[in-house]
Amino acid sequence: MRIIFKTDYMQDLRPWKDGYQLSLYLILIALAVAAPFLIDVFFLGELTNVLIWALAGLGLMVLTGHTGQASLGHAAFLAMGCYANIILMEAGVPFMLAFPLAGIITGIVGMIVAIPALRLHGIYLAIATLAMSILVDDIIVLTDHWTGGVGGKFAPPVNVFGFMIDRWGTPTAFYYLTLGVTILVTLGYINLLRAPLGRSFIAVRDSEVSAQAMGIDVSRSKAISFGVSCAITGLAGALMGLFAGAFNNETFSVVISIQLLMMIVIGGLGSIHGAFFGAIVIGFLPQFLSISKEWVGALFGGSNVAIPGLEFGIFGVILIVFILFEPMGIYGRWLKIRTWFELFPFYRKDMFKRQKSYLKTERLR
Amino acid sequence: MSLLELENVTLKFGGLTAVDNLSFSVEQGEVFAIVGPNGAGKSTVFNLISRFYTPVNGKIRFDGHDLLKEKASSVANFGVARTFQNIELFEHATVLENLLVGRHRHRGSNFLTELFFTPSVRKQELQNRHFVEEVIDFLDLQAYREKRIAGLPYGVRKVVEVARALATDPKLLLLDEPASGLSVEETTDMRWWIDEIRRQMGITVLMVEHDMGLVSGVSDRVLAMADGARLALGTPSEVQSDPAVIEAYLGKAS
Ligand SMILES: Nc1ncnc2c1ncn2[C@@H]1O[C@H](COP(=O)(O)OP(=O)(O)OP(=O)(O)O)[C@@H](O)[C@H]1O
Ligand SMILES: [Mg+2]
Repeated sequence: MRIIFKTDYMQDLRPWKDGYQLSLYLILIALAVAAPFLIDVFFLGELTNVLIWALAGLGLMVLTGHTGQASLGHAAFLAMGCYANIILMEAGVPFMLAFPLAGIITGIVGMIVAIPALRLHGIYLAIATLAMSILVDDIIVLTDHWTGGVGGKFAPPVNVFGFMIDRWGTPTAFYYLTLGVTILVTLGYINLLRAPLGRSFIAVRDSEVSAQAMGIDVSRSKAISFGVSCAITGLAGALMGLFAGAFNNETFSVVISIQLLMMIVIGGLGSIHGAFFGAIVIGFLPQFLSISKEWVGALFGGSNVAIPGLEFGIFGVILIVFILFEPMGIYGRWLKIRTWFELFPFYRKDMFKRQKSYLKTERLR
Repeated sequence: MSLLELENVTLKFGGLTAVDNLSFSVEQGEVFAIVGPNGAGKSTVFNLISRFYTPVNGKIRFDGHDLLKEKASSVANFGVARTFQNIELFEHATVLENLLVGRHRHRGSNFLTELFFTPSVRKQELQNRHFVEEVIDFLDLQAYREKRIAGLPYGVRKVVEVARALATDPKLLLLDEPASGLSVEETTDMRWWIDEIRRQMGITVLMVEHDMGLVSGVSDRVLAMADGARLALGTPSEVQSDPAVIEAYLGKAS
């Protein structure tokens, strides 16, 4: 077992617990940087896709995982980021400016959306955001003058520091672009979490009344959380559009919103790791599905029968299994396995059990 | 001038008058207790001071400010901290994180400086950490520093809530039944801490408590309430021997 002796306060401020953990993260980053030399183009594309999903997951994690506000409408913000980026570029704005602007615009729209959403809690908020996702789908079709409507748009190659990057021509460069953005966003996220703002998000998530009693303006924290969440999601959307090459209103359908939410639940709510674990699951789901399709097909006699809704069926089953058996997601499972090894042979089964509160909380609201 | 003044405060929940034309004031540096049977409106008085509720009439002043002009999240900024009768901690965060939330009102950073974790944010966080560590030392919470609230026993949670309130560096501390559900030893600790909070830290304490031993042990003055109104106000022994109070607790001796 590793025992960490703390000798100064900086140890709590650093994003890593000790040298061991730091070296693990550094190895991971080194592997990510070396990936183009280790794997072929197809898998590099898959990895890029996983990173973009992880970025989108980080966006939703801010709002749902850390501030406790469920959103079933984040595909709308993916779309906003994507279209904002492309439309700005078409207007002659260079990518290096259009890309962050797309994030900022989406963030501001998110904050505006937050104003009516502030009054809603839990399932009502989820329904309202779901409605918004459907609405944005329609708006894209209606404003086809700008968005290309159902016909969609094509993503041009982008210029990053003089390098022309596009997904098919220069997959390695596109991978590095995605990796760079993901790392920067993750670092910013870590910084917020160890500062007052990130703590105010967690406070709002866990108890709005005592957050207020501690001087936190709950509405303001929620609005900022919406803004940060949507800005990150907007960046992910912009990359998603570039990665897809061509997109229309259906690229960012409600299905994507649901998938995104499922992803962070499976990965583990309330942790940055969770967004990445969830993205890996989503990224490799198609492969897994094609295998299980054959398997299910064989079970019913036919070899390659198309079963409508199978993907969602399997996805739903995975989600239900997680909610029932591992509410803390893959990250929670990972923590348990790690503790098991660290404490071997002293791990107890009830170590992660939540203690029941003795008093039934009679909340103010 | 008193630190906290309530003047003719009335609050109704529908037809029920939870606080009925209540006036009292708390002086700087004292421990002031509110007692009364269940449903007397004690917690409601706290929620009024915290601005969770707005009275139908009356005034609430704290340290020269008219609290009724402020919103709930500003009350802490004036130096009022509180605990809750049913414990409202941030369940999925550690003890340390809970206490650090208490430092929120001293935030000097903004979104951008925090995003880049600039040296000034670093310095602020080190100071926060230092302050919180003193509170942890004072309340003997070292063993639980890194533990999540969700796994802590009830007695520890009660102490963590007091710690979080102290972390805000308040002028006035509102404690809603600090000893309810605590064992005899834990209650003794709590009594000692309340004494120290007043004596060493110079913080004024307003508390609601049913345990008369604790009340008469630490408080300078006691307000007895029933049905939202004032029954008696005075030293602990005066209030305990007041006929109206005895009647409220034991029912009419016919
Ligand atoms: N949010 C609310 N809505 C309606 N009625 C309420 C609300 N909060 C409290 N009450 C009522 O107001 C009265 C006073 O409640 P309060 O919680 O202040 O009592 P208390 O003196 O703290 O009692 P206890 O000793 O049980 O904590 C009770 O009759 C209670 O049912
Ligand atoms: Mg009460």
